[in-house]
Amino acid sequence: MSLISVSHLSMAIHSLAILKDLTFAIEPGKVFGVVGESGSGKSMTALALMGLLPGGARTSGSAMLGDTDLLSAPEDRMCRIRGNQIGMIFQEPMTALNPVQTIGRQVAETLVIHGAANRAEAMTLAREKLDRVGLPADRFPLDKYPHELSGGQRQRVCIALAIALRPKLLIADEPTTALDVTTQAQILDLLKSLVAEDGMALMLITHDLAVVSDIADQVAVMKSGEIVEQGNTDEVFRAMRHPYTRALFAASAHIPDRQARARDEPILEVQNAVRRYALPRRRLLGPAPTFTAVNDVSFTLHMGENLGLVGESGCGKSTLTRAILGLEPLQSGQIRLFGEPVAPGMANALRSGVQVVFQDPYGSFNPRWKVAQLVAEPFYLMQARPADWRDRVAEALVSVGMTAPDMDKYIHEFSGGQRQRIAIARALILRPDLIVLDEAVSALDVSIRAQILDLLADLSHRLNLSYLFISHDLSVVRAITDRVLVMQAGEIVESGRTEEVFTNPAHPYTRALIDATPKLPDRRV
Amino acid sequence: MLRFAASRLISLSLSLLAASVVIFAVIEVIPGDPAAFMLGLNAQEDTVAALREQLGLEGSVINRYFGWVGGMLTGDFGTSYTYRVPVADLILARMWISLPLALYALILSTLIAFPVGLIAAARRGRPADMGIMGVTQLGIAVPNFWFAMILVVIFAIKLRWFSAGGFPGWDNGFWLGLKSLTLPAIALALPQASILARVMRSSVLDTLDQDYIRTARAKGLNRSQAIWRHGLRNAMIPVLTIIGMQFSFLLAGAIIIENVFFLPGLGRLIFQGITQRDLIVVESGVMLLVFAVITVTFLVDLAYAAVDPRLRRRG
Amino acid sequence: MKWPKTLILGGLIFATFLGAALLSLVWTPYPVDTLAIAAKLKPPTSTFWFGTDHFGRDIFSMIMVGARTSIAVAIVAVGIGITLGVPLGLAAAANRGGWLDEVIMRGNDLIFAFPSLVIAILITAVFGPSALNAIIAIGIFNIPVFARVSRGGALSLWTLDYILAARVAGKGRLRISTEHILPNIANLLIVQGTIQFSLGIIAEAALSYVGLGAQPPTPSWGRMLADSQTMISFAPHLALFPGFAIVLTVLGLNLMGDGLRDILDPRIRRARG
Repeated sequence: MSLISVSHLSMAIHSLAILKDLTFAIEPGKVFGVVGESGSGKSMTALALMGLLPGGARTSGSAMLGDTDLLSAPEDRMCRIRGNQIGMIFQEPMTALNPVQTIGRQVAETLVIHGAANRAEAMTLAREKLDRVGLPADRFPLDKYPHELSGGQRQRVCIALAIALRPKLLIADEPTTALDVTTQAQILDLLKSLVAEDGMALMLITHDLAVVSDIADQVAVMKSGEIVEQGNTDEVFRAMRHPYTRALFAASAHIPDRQARARDEPILEVQNAVRRYALPRRRLLGPAPTFTAVNDVSFTLHMGENLGLVGESGCGKSTLTRAILGLEPLQSGQIRLFGEPVAPGMANALRSGVQVVFQDPYGSFNPRWKVAQLVAEPFYLMQARPADWRDRVAEALVSVGMTAPDMDKYIHEFSGGQRQRIAIARALILRPDLIVLDEAVSALDVSIRAQILDLLADLSHRLNLSYLFISHDLSVVRAITDRVLVMQAGEIVESGRTEEVFTNPAHPYTRALIDATPKLPDRRV
Repeated sequence: MLRFAASRLISLSLSLLAASVVIFAVIEVIPGDPAAFMLGLNAQEDTVAALREQLGLEGSVINRYFGWVGGMLTGDFGTSYTYRVPVADLILARMWISLPLALYALILSTLIAFPVGLIAAARRGRPADMGIMGVTQLGIAVPNFWFAMILVVIFAIKLRWFSAGGFPGWDNGFWLGLKSLTLPAIALALPQASILARVMRSSVLDTLDQDYIRTARAKGLNRSQAIWRHGLRNAMIPVLTIIGMQFSFLLAGAIIIENVFFLPGLGRLIFQGITQRDLIVVESGVMLLVFAVITVTFLVDLAYAAVDPRLRRRG
Repeated sequence: MKWPKTLILGGLIFATFLGAALLSLVWTPYPVDTLAIAAKLKPPTSTFWFGTDHFGRDIFSMIMVGARTSIAVAIVAVGIGITLGVPLGLAAAANRGGWLDEVIMRGNDLIFAFPSLVIAILITAVFGPSALNAIIAIGIFNIPVFARVSRGGALSLWTLDYILAARVAGKGRLRISTEHILPNIANLLIVQGTIQFSLGIIAEAALSYVGLGAQPPTPSWGRMLADSQTMISFAPHLALFPGFAIVLTVLGLNLMGDGLRDILDPRIRRARG
């Protein structure tokens, strides 16, 4: 007997079809994975089961929980089911909790609202639940506020309030996407143990095939509102009957075709770099405390080399990037580009030797400029914009797989992947030797990511470019770099040839990072 | 929380200090000698000098500034040129009309705006909401002193429910005093209530889109429970800002509206001070107004911290 | 692009008053600077649409000329606010957390402690009353308003990657502020501009009403209301029409502001799309 059986679920918002004829079943005590790229309708499926679809949504079909149809049950019935029989957690733990209420009250509220306990009892139970999700009383008293907790800790609070009444099903919508890889591993372990020990079913929605293959008993692969393939996880991933599943898998495991071409000729030398920030003063008089974001970092990047820099959020990699780009000063140490010192006041000619591609394809462009202006912006570094600048913009666009007429369009006419290509064109326009790729593929869906990685590998080969590839994603770094630096708390804890570091990590932190990274099952086609 | 309050208190004192310098400097640049002005053209030079001495106009700028500030700190605001009585007594008597009027209007405005804004938010897009939005749109456009004149015509001249103006004084009973401030307070409050209700509505609607409301819904709270338990307190943060700003508008409005109702408030004292070049009265009256505005800003800051725990830690 | 109804309606109302103000430069139904005591305090008729005042002047004509004062004062005051406030706000944002930011923001807080009425009182105490006082007083109060709006808008833009890209392209703060920030906060400024414009109309009326603004013989809606006050019990039309003029102008501007926000504010556009 299935816990929830969904049959022919379709959903449209106004006249736009979002979900098309979904049929699946969630078994008690099992993990049901839903995987797909953005826009595939996976989150909407979960919201449909919760009865929390946005206004204007119309559903058809049925979703039976026992003898209740979740799609047609009246609102008061759904209120008794939500939080009681089905709990749900969301992607963004930083905003998922009420900022002006203590975590204890927020967990206890689930119990109070369903009449399971009075306020005092609920607080006692809330304490137990917080203990259960790994937030012990001595460090996380009930009267803490959300802003005093990290993202991972907040996600644990969300889990605690979702499971407070031991629901039969927990729906987790991209629960670890916003978290660092080591935190992700801990949260996934917690979810696994809740399933194993409390007999709860879990519907896990994710874009990450590796996460699904690691944790799910059953999996459904979604594309454009349809389930293209479903079944037992092992079987689905072994057989991969549907071409989309195969494509998704291939893209996730994609390694661009490239070979190392590093010459023993340094482009970028970082020597004992230190960057400190002043923090807000704790007392009115007296020195402001400082935070050392980059602490005594040294490395060299050679001509033609693809160097990776991995680390979790807050490790100092962004600060280091800005220092390398000459946007922020160092407190001590030195950065040299082609032997010349890098600093905020450096010459434009030197600046033009290093360009950058950022993470966010939506925030990387002034929305009021045309593509031609955007791509040509780095010409500002030259004495005067060359007479043939439009030809050079066209050439750069073509080299990244766009077309010359694209330059007269505005940026909002392009998709995320196309925008990232335009960002690369902008970085190429001055024909620099070094491009800094700051999480340049992190915001992209896997299929687009694979294409951009191929493009980067191809450009590096054709134009003899060097890359400093900064990312939190180990599998991407492994795919595209020759050498890797591992950064933790402002320091480089390990460096070496990429394959060596990944197969034989020396530092415990590197090992922890690698262990925490979910792995795709070996392909047995 | 205590440290937050202390740091706000320091910034309050600094603001007051800066404001006093600005006011003093502006009054300093006034052309002409007030003593000579007061005594007329034919005054003897030594009489003028004696008056200057008496008015505290002698000495260096720095000494006079500190004399003025030091005096205010000890409750001595100097002597009015024209009334020949201590300014402190004059202002205090007038303040007891203007300040209660502004507060009365603030309370009315808040009492009206909260339920109206909430109803509009809860009925978003329905006739009740559209009606409220239309009426408040009109309410914002109405100048309070003109509205006051209309109220006088209707409720004092035609219906004779209220007197057309004047103030009996608090000594003749609290309720009588309150009644004579009621029409002015309504005139002040309704335009401000229109603004506040709209802010309240959009603030509540903004919080409804927040992730934590979705979390609350996923816990099993229904829509209105989610609004009451989680939306309202968060929605209060921008509303508080507006309430704080409204106080200074209402105080300024109170001073203007005194003219409609012939109330012997601070405004009329200051306007007379201007025409009679009684600069000590103007200077101290303005300082007191600014003091009231800055103090309310301070109280709003404290209210922020009470609502939002994220602020309490900051200095 | 489909124009919001509020923008069209508000625009029409405001355009009517703007047109009347401009027309009054060359023509009014009756002269407003000559007295005709014989025709004093006439109620509205077909000859005097809005009636006449205690000097026999035509109210309709005076409202046309008064529109000129109101709109001119409010426009110049908004202009003062924008020309001084926006650069300050941009400079503060470009130096976020630095001493310049601190000085500008504390200066802003200080001005906020002086309601425009108080500024007008101080200026009048020094220089005597005039319409120029009203402009300066309202204009000064507009400075921190625009400084805050532009700083807030600019700060959120400064965190975006295209600003970093511009810095990598060697552009300085000034050039980035003018090339990238200003065009992208123009929407906010236009919307705020209409709001301050309508507040300026009300403030001018209030200042003129208490005698701190336009002085006779300059016709002004606020002064017309002040003059009407003693006659309100037997000639309410004296108070009614200038009041309607203020309400309609402000309403028109506010409706325009709402409509402009609907089409210009990207936050609302996103919420709709």
